[in-house]
Amino acid sequence: MDFETGDLVEIKNKKGIFRGIVMPRHAFSGEDIIILKLDNGYNIGIKVDDETKIKIISKGLSKKTERKSKINENGIPVSVLGTGGTIASYIDYSTGAVKPAVSQEELLLAIPEIEENYRIKSRTIFSILSENMKVKNWKVIAEEAFKDLDDSRGIIIPHGTDTMAYTASALAFMIQNLPSPIILVGAQRSSDRPSSDAYLNLIYSLKLVETDLGEVVISMHGSTSDTFVQVHRGVRARKMHTSRRDAFRSINEKPIAIIENEVRFISSYRKRSGPPVLRTGMDEKVALLYYYPNMDPEILLDIGSRMHGIIIAGTGLGHVSNDMIPVIRDLVSRGVFVGVTSQCLYGSVNLNVYSTGREMIIAGAVPLKDMLPEVAYVKLMWVLENYPGEERDKMLQNLVGEISERRVGIEYV
Amino acid sequence: MFKAGIEIHQQLNTKKLFCSCDSDLNDRVLGEFTRVLRPVQSELGEYDAAALMESMKRRTFVYQVTENSCLVEMDEEPPHDVNMEALEVAVLVSLMFNCRIVDEVHFMRKIVIDGSNTTGFQRTALIGMDGYIDTKFGRISIRSVCLEEEAARKIDEKEGIAVYRLDRLGIPLIEVTTGPDLKSPQEVKMAAQILGYALRSTKKVRRGLGSIRQDLNISTDGERVEVKGVSRLNLLEKIALYEMERQEMLSSLAEEIKRRNPDLEHIEILDVTDIFRETKSKLIRNGLQKGHRVLGIRVPGFSGLLKSDRYRFGKELAEVVKVIGIPGIFHSDELPNYGIGENEVRLLREKFSTGDNDAFIIIVAEENKGKEALLYVIQRIRKAINGVNPETRGPRDDGTTEFLRPLPGSERMYPETDVPPIRITEEMIERLKGMIPKSYEEAIRDISERYGISMQQAQQILDENREDDFSFFYSIYPDGNVIFRVLFNIIPEIEGEGLDVSSIDSGVLEKIFSALAEGRIVKEAIPYILRDFIANGRIQFDEFKPMDEDELQAIIESVVDENIGDLKSRNVEGALMGILMEKLRGRADGEMVNSILRRVLERRGVSK
Repeated sequence: MDFETGDLVEIKNKKGIFRGIVMPRHAFSGEDIIILKLDNGYNIGIKVDDETKIKIISKGLSKKTERKSKINENGIPVSVLGTGGTIASYIDYSTGAVKPAVSQEELLLAIPEIEENYRIKSRTIFSILSENMKVKNWKVIAEEAFKDLDDSRGIIIPHGTDTMAYTASALAFMIQNLPSPIILVGAQRSSDRPSSDAYLNLIYSLKLVETDLGEVVISMHGSTSDTFVQVHRGVRARKMHTSRRDAFRSINEKPIAIIENEVRFISSYRKRSGPPVLRTGMDEKVALLYYYPNMDPEILLDIGSRMHGIIIAGTGLGHVSNDMIPVIRDLVSRGVFVGVTSQCLYGSVNLNVYSTGREMIIAGAVPLKDMLPEVAYVKLMWVLENYPGEERDKMLQNLVGEISERRVGIEYV
Repeated sequence: MFKAGIEIHQQLNTKKLFCSCDSDLNDRVLGEFTRVLRPVQSELGEYDAAALMESMKRRTFVYQVTENSCLVEMDEEPPHDVNMEALEVAVLVSLMFNCRIVDEVHFMRKIVIDGSNTTGFQRTALIGMDGYIDTKFGRISIRSVCLEEEAARKIDEKEGIAVYRLDRLGIPLIEVTTGPDLKSPQEVKMAAQILGYALRSTKKVRRGLGSIRQDLNISTDGERVEVKGVSRLNLLEKIALYEMERQEMLSSLAEEIKRRNPDLEHIEILDVTDIFRETKSKLIRNGLQKGHRVLGIRVPGFSGLLKSDRYRFGKELAEVVKVIGIPGIFHSDELPNYGIGENEVRLLREKFSTGDNDAFIIIVAEENKGKEALLYVIQRIRKAINGVNPETRGPRDDGTTEFLRPLPGSERMYPETDVPPIRITEEMIERLKGMIPKSYEEAIRDISERYGISMQQAQQILDENREDDFSFFYSIYPDGNVIFRVLFNIIPEIEGEGLDVSSIDSGVLEKIFSALAEGRIVKEAIPYILRDFIANGRIQFDEFKPMDEDELQAIIESVVDENIGDLKSRNVEGALMGILMEKLRGRADGEMVNSILRRVLERRGVSK
C-alpha cells in the first residue's frame, strides 16, 4: 500500500476501522505497527498483518509557516551562531525524537524580548548534537566567531550541553585577546517545551554583551528555579548533572557572574581587549585516559604509543598504580607528553606527597595543577600544535584562566 | 435539547505513573522552587488560544517539593518507563467497557500552562476507544479510556503567583469519556455512579475526597460547555441543572439581541475617572487611591439584558474580567447601588450618551489591564448573539459554575518522545480478561443475595462505596439488615441530631458488632452506645447489658400499671411499646419486650 507520513487513511483490521493521519514511525515501535494520529489528537499504534486493509482517504499537505524576523536597527549588535543542541531542538517528526531542527531565527522569534533590545545577526553554522562535535567543528566555530568579533558587542553560541565545556575550552585557547565576550548558551529542556530553560538562559546571557567582559564563558541556570543564571569561565566549567537545569558548575573557583535581571560580577575576569588573535591549529593525536583500579598497563602503552600526548585522570592527588609507571617512563622517553589530572575534579593534583606520585614524576609525568581533565586534553592538543618544544612550560602556565595558583575555602558543590 | 457526556478522572493507588514515588498526598514540604512557563508553538506553528490567555496572566509558579516527589516531578529528569501496573488497570477498565484496545500505546504531551504541571504539559495516552456500558436507562457509549498523569495540587494563589505542591503530580489517572448520551441531569448522576463503581471494582483506585473528579460536557443548543473538576458526586446533578438553565438563558438572550439588532461594531472605551473624584463608593475610592482608573463602555441595545428577571448576562461578563484578575464590573442594570449614587449614574449616562435601550459597563483597574479586560468584555458581548459560548467553566460549591477559559483547541497534543511506545500483547489482554470484575447490576444482585438485604439497600452500599466495611462487619455479626440499619440509618440519624459522628470509625463499630455477636448487648442498644461514645469518648457495654426476663417482666408490669389508665388510643400495645423502649434504653430486645407485654396485656384482659 502506497501511503506516506501525513496521509489521512482508514485501517481496517480485526478490531474494526481506525481513521487517522499516518505519523512517522518511532524507533522503538513494533515492526508491524502503524502510528495514527486520531481526530482527538491522540497517537495510537495499530497492528497490521496480511489481512489488514489500508485505504488512503486524502494525501497529506505539508504545512510550513514561514516567518521573517524584524531587524531592530537601533539595538545592540549581537552575533548568534547556531550549532544545534537541545536549546535549538524541536521534535523531529521523522524520527519522533528531539533533534536539532529549528533555525536560529525561529528560536529568536519565540522570544520577542530579544528583538526589543538587540540587533541580532544570526546564522546556523551547523545543527548537530554536541556529542557529535569534533575538533574540526571547534575550528569552524572559532573562525566564524572571529569574523564577527569586530562588528558585534558579543557572540552568542547556542550549543548542546554535553560537550559544551570542551568547545568553550577550545575557543578560549583558539581566540585570545577578545574584544567581545563569546557566550555559550544551552538548555537542558528543549525549547519546544513550555518549561524550557532556553529562554531565561538566552535572555540573561544577552545582558553580558552590555558589560566589559572579554572571555569565553558558559551561561546557564544557576538553580532549579527560573530565577538566575550563572556565568562560568569556559575553561573552569563542567556539566555535573545529567539532566538538571543547573547542571553546570564552576570547578575550583566561583562563577564569574550571577545574572538576575542585572549582571553582578562576583569574581575577577578578563576585560575586553584586542586585537583578537586566532590560532586554530590542533594536534589531534591526544588521548584522555580515565585510570581505574586493576587497569592493564598495556592499555596505556597501546594508546600512548599511538599518541603525541596523553592526559591521565588519576585517582586522588593524581595517582596511577605502580605497574603503570614503567609504561609512563617508556612513553615519555619516546617523546609522548604525559600530563596528570585528577578524577576528583575539585582540588589540585600533587605528586610530591606519596611515593607513587614521586615515582610518576621521576618517570616524566607532568602534574597539571588544578586543571580539569577535559580542559587539559583540549589544551594539550592546542599546545602541541602551537608551541612545539615548549609543551611542558605552556601546559603549566595559566593562559586563559584554566589554572589557579590558590584555591580558597569556599563550598565546592 | 439537553445532551451531556461526562469525563471521569480516577486516581490509582499504584506508584506514580513515570517514577517510583508514592501516590499519596503529603504535607511535609522539603523545599520550594520557582518557575515560569511560556506558550510554545504547536507542531502546526500556531499558538493555542487557551494557552495564550493563560500566559497573558504572566504568573510565576512556586512549587513545593514533598517527600513523595523526585526530579521527575520537578521536570529535572526525564520520565522513567511507564508504570505497568497502572497501564494494566487502564487496559482492564477498557475491557470492562467493551473498548477496542490500541496495539501500541503512545504517550502524548497535552499543553497545559496554568502551572499545574511543571513541564507545561500533561502526559496522556489513549488505551481504549469506542466502547459502551449498558445501564437500566440505556446504553452509554464510552469514547475513550486514557491513562494520564495527575496535576500538581494548587495550594495558594496570590498576586501573580500560584503555589503548587508536587505530592499529587504524577499520580496515575484513568480518564473515562462517555459520548453525549445522557439526556437529563439525573442520568448524569447515575452514569457517574455506575462508572465510578466500575473503576473502584478494579480495587486499584485511591479513596477519599478529590481522588475521583468528573468533568461535564453539556450542550443544549449545539455549542459545548465543559465544567471541569467536580469532586462531589452529589453536586453533579445540580451543576447539570444550573448549567442547563444558564444555557437556556443565553439562547433566549441571543434571540432577544437578534430582535433588538443593536450595532455592536463600534464600542469605544472611555475613561470616566473624573466622575468619581468625590464618590462614596468604597471600592472605587480604594482603586483610585492605588492610581487605578475607571474605564467603561456603552453597550447599545443591552438595557435589561445584563440583569433582569429573565437575563443575567452581566454575571457572564464579570466572570470574563475575573479571569485576568479584576474583581468585577458595575453595569447600568444594577445602578445606582454599591455606593454609586444617582448623580454619578446620570453623569455616566451623559458621558456614554446612552439611549433608553442602551446599557453601560464600568470597571476600576490599572489602566492597561482595564483596557485589556474591556476588550475581552466587548469580544464576549459580540459573541452573545451566537448563544452559548464554547468554554471551560469551573464548579462552585453551590452548584453554579464560573468561566475559566475558552475551550482548548485540539492542536494541543504532540508526542511525548521521552517515553518509548508500549506494546499491548494478546497475552496481556487474555490475562486481564480473566480479571474483569462484576458489573454494577451484577454486583448489586450479588450483595443483596449475600447479605440478605434488598436490592435497593445493596445499591446504596455500592453507591456509597461501603462494600468493604459491610463485608467486614458481616464477618463479625452476620445480619445484613442490622448492619445496614447502623450504617445508613442510625449513624445519619445521630448526625441529624447535630452530633459529630466523624469519630465513629470501623474500629468503634467492630467492637460494637463483636459485643452484639457475643450477646453482651442487643441491637437496640447501639444508638445509645454510640451517643455515649460521642459524649464521653469511651465505648462501654456494661451500662447497656440486656436485662434478664424477670427484671424485664417487672418493669413492663409497672409501666403498664402506670400508663394503662391514661391510654385512650386504639393501639394501646403500640403506645406502651414506645414508652417501654424509651425507658429501657436499649437494654432489651424489642421482640422479647413485645411478647412479654402481650402476655401481660392478655392477662389483664386488654385486647388489641
